[in-house]
Amino acid sequence: MWIFFLLAFLAIAGALAVVLLPNPIHSALMLVFTLMATAGLFLTLGAQFLAVIQVIVYAGAIMVLFVFVIMLLNMRPGEGGEEHLHRIGIGQSLGIGLASLLLLQLGLLVMAGKPSLLKSIHPAADLEAQAGGHSQAIGLLLYGKYLLPFEVASVLLLVAIIGAVALSRRHLVVGPGRDETTEEVP
Amino acid sequence: MNEPALPMLVPVAWYQLLAAAMFAIGALGVLFRRNILVIFMCVELMLNATNIAFVSFARHLGSLDGQVIVFFVLAVAAAEVSVGLAIIIDVFRKRGTVDLAAANLLKG
Repeated sequence: MWIFFLLAFLAIAGALAVVLLPNPIHSALMLVFTLMATAGLFLTLGAQFLAVIQVIVYAGAIMVLFVFVIMLLNMRPGEGGEEHLHRIGIGQSLGIGLASLLLLQLGLLVMAGKPSLLKSIHPAADLEAQAGGHSQAIGLLLYGKYLLPFEVASVLLLVAIIGAVALSRRHLVVGPGRDETTEEVP
Repeated sequence: MNEPALPMLVPVAWYQLLAAAMFAIGALGVLFRRNILVIFMCVELMLNATNIAFVSFARHLGSLDGQVIVFFVLAVAAAEVSVGLAIIIDVFRKRGTVDLAAANLLKG
């Protein structure tokens, strides 16, 4: 019980820090913090496989990419439009309204006590037990029921790789009769 | 047979509240910040909140389908980040800043 509150507090505090800190590198570090807390929450939900994946993919790969780009762009704290909580326009007030509506809705859900949601959760181990382990159960689902989405996801990742390479090499003019390394005038 | 790592004592609604709060914080960050990189991080925050909701509901319903969907969300997030950061670098090359207001070429 207490570990949920600890992790939830850490996750929310980290999320607030991501939004409020002016320096992007601090935001990135706080996001890693939040993602780690989320991995801990996954553990409390019995999703060990996802907790490990969360740390490897999110906190490892994705955040390294973020930090690398921040480093590459070499931003100083004042740069990048940081009067960081800027004007409160119509979109922003609408956003605050919608965000509080979402919170209110779920708060009401808890307060009204939809009984099945308030029940402490029954052990979900039966599925895992009959398959012989957690990652094995997930693997069986992934390569059985979800085979088509799995293949689509692999195509998606391939497209993402090609897209990233194409975007980052676009300034190199490629064509017949031209030197491949000449920079295009922006 | 393996037992679940920790006994489940917390109602699933609390996890939903946590996910909603994180989603709201991320959405507000998208609306309020002007640095494209930080906005991107806030989008990650929102994806993360949906992941918490998926896993807690999967646990609640006693099925693993929600966890598989989180796996796909992770794949989509990775693809989104790689393409998005490439676009951000391109914008930075063209405009010399990562302020959102600088990317206004398509503005009517």
